[in-house]
Amino acid sequence: MPTKPAGTLYRGREGMWSWVGHRITGVVIFFFLLVHVLDTSLVRVSPEAYTAVIGAYKNPLMALGETGLVAAIVFHAFNGLRVIAIDFWKKGAKYQRQMLWTVLVLWLVVFGAFAIRHLSLALGGH
Amino acid sequence: MSTEIQAPRSGQNSSGKISSGKISPQYRRGTGSKGNFEMFAWLFMRLSGVVLVVLIFGHLFVNLMVGEGIHGIDFGFVAGKWADPFWQFWDLAMLWLAMLHGTNGVRTIINDYAEKDATRFWLKVVLYAATVVIVVLGTLVIFTFNPCPVLNGVQLPGGFCPAP
Repeated sequence: MPTKPAGTLYRGREGMWSWVGHRITGVVIFFFLLVHVLDTSLVRVSPEAYTAVIGAYKNPLMALGETGLVAAIVFHAFNGLRVIAIDFWKKGAKYQRQMLWTVLVLWLVVFGAFAIRHLSLALGGH
Repeated sequence: MSTEIQAPRSGQNSSGKISSGKISPQYRRGTGSKGNFEMFAWLFMRLSGVVLVVLIFGHLFVNLMVGEGIHGIDFGFVAGKWADPFWQFWDLAMLWLAMLHGTNGVRTIINDYAEKDATRFWLKVVLYAATVVIVVLGTLVIFTFNPCPVLNGVQLPGGFCPAP
């Protein structure tokens, strides 16, 4: 009698959720990248056009958006290195769960440092 | 009486003959019209990923963490960076690798979720068109950047022009 499959690698838990997180952060970063190339391209229109649009990145709401974007980038970066380790390191698949927790600790440290510095610069007396 | 049990994919053909451990033609993974494209795409994601971690972390650190951070960014900041070929090539590498990495990622997602052939096809047409536009535009901007733009013989305000 068939029962639900046991021991499927990508069913719930760390393996699947890190995969979901990698996809979502990847798409978010990709769409920001399209916009970011377009806004930077304004340097070819005029100095004032560029400086005006970049000015929009300096308000407090955008500062929160930038912080969220960097949260996504840092996760995607560290989890991507974990994916590489799973693929190329002999024991990668065995330790994928421990590596995810390592990724999350590194994410907290690096993103935390970025957020403190960026938010104090962006929201601080200017 | 003993029965011989064949190992999986040991290549027993339809008539029951064992063909010396080779895979039967109908189960062979062909090197079809696509060649090794998917394998190279897979490898590219990993190689470009490692390089992008360095390029993007460096980009974020230099632009947002040092000095006055985001408040230091304006036309003059870009002009200062692109006066140095080092940062031109840094940004060029980041543009190309990130766009190809991102495009391949979104291509994978389209293949996973768009079930109709026509939907998949058109989503990828839009994706590739956007990629070409952004990569070409970005590359031109990096290499045709002019710190002293002039319009109809008049210097635009905010530019960095050599003293006459």
